[in-house]
Amino acid sequence: MEISKDYAVQMRGITKIFGNFKALDNVDLDVKKGETHAILGENGAGKSTLMNILYGLYEADAGEIYLNGERMEIKNPSCAIHSGIGMVHQHFMLIDKFTVMQNIILGNETTDKFGIINTRKAKKRVLEIMSRYGMKVDLKRRIRSISVGMQQKVEILKALYRGAEILILDEPTAVLTPYEVDELLEIIENLKKDGKTVIIITHKLKEIKKSSKECTIIRKGNFVDCVNVEKESEQSLAEKMVGRKVKLSVEKRPASPGDIVFEIKNLNVTCERGLESVKNLSMTLRRGEIYGLAGIEGNGQKELLEAIIGVRHVDSGKILMNGKEIQNKSTRYILDSKISVIHEDRHKDGCVLSMSVADNAILSKYRERKFCINGFLNYEERDKFTDQLIKNYDVRPIGCKNTKIRNLSGGNQQKLIIGREIANNPDLLIAVQPTRGLDVGAIEYVHKILINLRDQGKAVLLISLELDEILDLSDRIAVIYDGSIVGEFNQEKANENNVGLLMAGGKFNDAQNS
Amino acid sequence: MLNNILIAISITLMYSAPLALAAMGGVISERSGIINIGIEGMMSIGALAGAAVGYFSGNAWLGLICAGIAGGLMALLHAIASITFKADQTVSGIAINLIGPGVAIFLSRYFFDGAALSLPVPVKLPKVLDQKYLQGTSFENFSIDVTVLIAAVVVIITWFLLYKTKWGLRIRAMGEHPAAVDTLGVSVYKSRYFCVILSGILAGLGGGTITLAIISQFTPTAISGQGFIALAAVIFGKWRPFGAYVACLLFGFSQALVVMLGGGTLSVPSSILAMIPYILTILVLILFVGHSSAPKASGVPYEKGAR
Repeated sequence: MEISKDYAVQMRGITKIFGNFKALDNVDLDVKKGETHAILGENGAGKSTLMNILYGLYEADAGEIYLNGERMEIKNPSCAIHSGIGMVHQHFMLIDKFTVMQNIILGNETTDKFGIINTRKAKKRVLEIMSRYGMKVDLKRRIRSISVGMQQKVEILKALYRGAEILILDEPTAVLTPYEVDELLEIIENLKKDGKTVIIITHKLKEIKKSSKECTIIRKGNFVDCVNVEKESEQSLAEKMVGRKVKLSVEKRPASPGDIVFEIKNLNVTCERGLESVKNLSMTLRRGEIYGLAGIEGNGQKELLEAIIGVRHVDSGKILMNGKEIQNKSTRYILDSKISVIHEDRHKDGCVLSMSVADNAILSKYRERKFCINGFLNYEERDKFTDQLIKNYDVRPIGCKNTKIRNLSGGNQQKLIIGREIANNPDLLIAVQPTRGLDVGAIEYVHKILINLRDQGKAVLLISLELDEILDLSDRIAVIYDGSIVGEFNQEKANENNVGLLMAGGKFNDAQNS
Repeated sequence: MLNNILIAISITLMYSAPLALAAMGGVISERSGIINIGIEGMMSIGALAGAAVGYFSGNAWLGLICAGIAGGLMALLHAIASITFKADQTVSGIAINLIGPGVAIFLSRYFFDGAALSLPVPVKLPKVLDQKYLQGTSFENFSIDVTVLIAAVVVIITWFLLYKTKWGLRIRAMGEHPAAVDTLGVSVYKSRYFCVILSGILAGLGGGTITLAIISQFTPTAISGQGFIALAAVIFGKWRPFGAYVACLLFGFSQALVVMLGGGTLSVPSSILAMIPYILTILVLILFVGHSSAPKASGVPYEKGAR
């Protein structure tokens, strides 16, 4: 395509190298003025890197940027802001302790003499922007006391306040409830009507179909295609993104639940700030089922998990594993009761990054007689065990047992961790966000493993913020809100709307009945 | 009785002034996200610079200015290490604490014929209120050093800077979430340099007030823990200027206790008395600090574009 005034953004031959890793290789991008353009790619494909270059956070090693047909050098975010580019980062750039207003004006304050801040002028402008695009945010509230959806609006306001004509949204829906997603799409629609250009980075196909007209696909740092979204199906988009055939839906047989394995009765837990995080929560898991716990971050999931595995004190209530009370027991006792956990943050809780794959493989079993004799590790057994895991769970590269686990891709780290936990032969596997940050291929694989486990008569407790994942995998779905389970559905009765409503704290009359 | 109270207030204010100056330095640096544990070292060098320049020039004010400059130069080292080279801020601070007194004593020996003590400055920094003005009234024993006023003004300016101006908003933001500030087009590196150097200047001034207003000469023990006490005041004051100032007054008061009890009829060994401020510091930190409200990003080197 030629460089032209009709395009808000055109990038040509963008290349970016980190160390000896080519994050972007000769990538082109053409975004028409006044339209919503999606950038699709797997995790680590280079989408965010490309946008960070456009926003001046990284400097490209090669390539050119044109805005409205004119060549631009964007050396830092300041340049980008002056050129009318605004960016909402995936991890919000907001200061918790500040008010909404302070966050909006930061770096672009309206002042009286001597740099004394005067918010009157700024406030008028912000109110005007809010009414024009249909946003409502309380400017006096502190960021830490408003919802994630609100925080995102603050980020959008920040960009518009600085006069952004081109708005980049990096994975904007990852943290939102379905209702908030709709709200966001509406705001985007309003922005477009006003002539603004919006670029959305995402790996969610549904939202591309809903929001965008054109879509640029990037795979492993390479430009794949720029397509008209209407002419593509979700399936074809996914295949272009991954580069091979994929199954988007999860295939599984109906569950055949057996005996009760795990039970929580009227559990109450306080968090470190002294607030009640889990309130009178009960749940029952049977053999041979996947029980999905849906909910927005910060509704007690973290504290619930910590209470189950014995790192947080249980104030009252019971946790029963195979009929045995395990609340307030030591973590070792609890894990020995045939519970295994796949932690949400695999780098922090799941493995030790600076240790070898083999050492990580025996992290939870180094004490076993097989691996440890009189306090001395048995390397031979360790290596044998690791080779087995690598083979069974398709961890790549083969023969990586002596490399540091840090050097494996996220998907392969996760495969090893899951394999390690399943090797403990648990009756209950707790999987927290097991596919976070993984690419489509790895997600497919992890889902298959969880379903296999279920078919072997184990119970799986799936805690995830990804509603789609919960809906696809779980046989029963519960919604946690403000520390309590506010609804439970069988899989066939659950959908984005009724579960999403409860996640956001809404009431749903039929929720309990289904 | 009135006499004793007046003397106690005078001494409290006098001793709290250097602490307050140094503590304001600590507040500014830490609010911008750089832990400045090297305040003690910066005070030492300021104390020497103040005394030496004061002695040779005969002008205590010139000495005080040089004390600030010396502290600022020391802080520049800390800034280079911890901002540009992303060194561990605690380690860098400890290094400053080792270098500061060492260099101060070395320079003292160099300038004063091998003595670790400097010669006394001919004229100390003036008092704004003392016997001269109060002769004949019942407030005869009351006195206020000019440094007390300077410290109070600096506290007010620090508060004003942090909470009323745009620079303050940015500094506070930087200590919480530097990447957020960076993405808004404000240079984190530059601003942090500014804050750390300013913090060193204030610490240097604090050191200078000790040798120019309190004891009139540099001695190897002139600065013995005041930097750390100032740091404790920052924490006790929850990283707020006025909070830290109140804490400094408390520590200044403990110093006054040492002086007054030592001069009285109590038969407590002076070495035990001298421990009061330090013991108080520890007690305060144990009893009152509890849940800390430290700036979130304090102590974490900011790396542009780190993922």
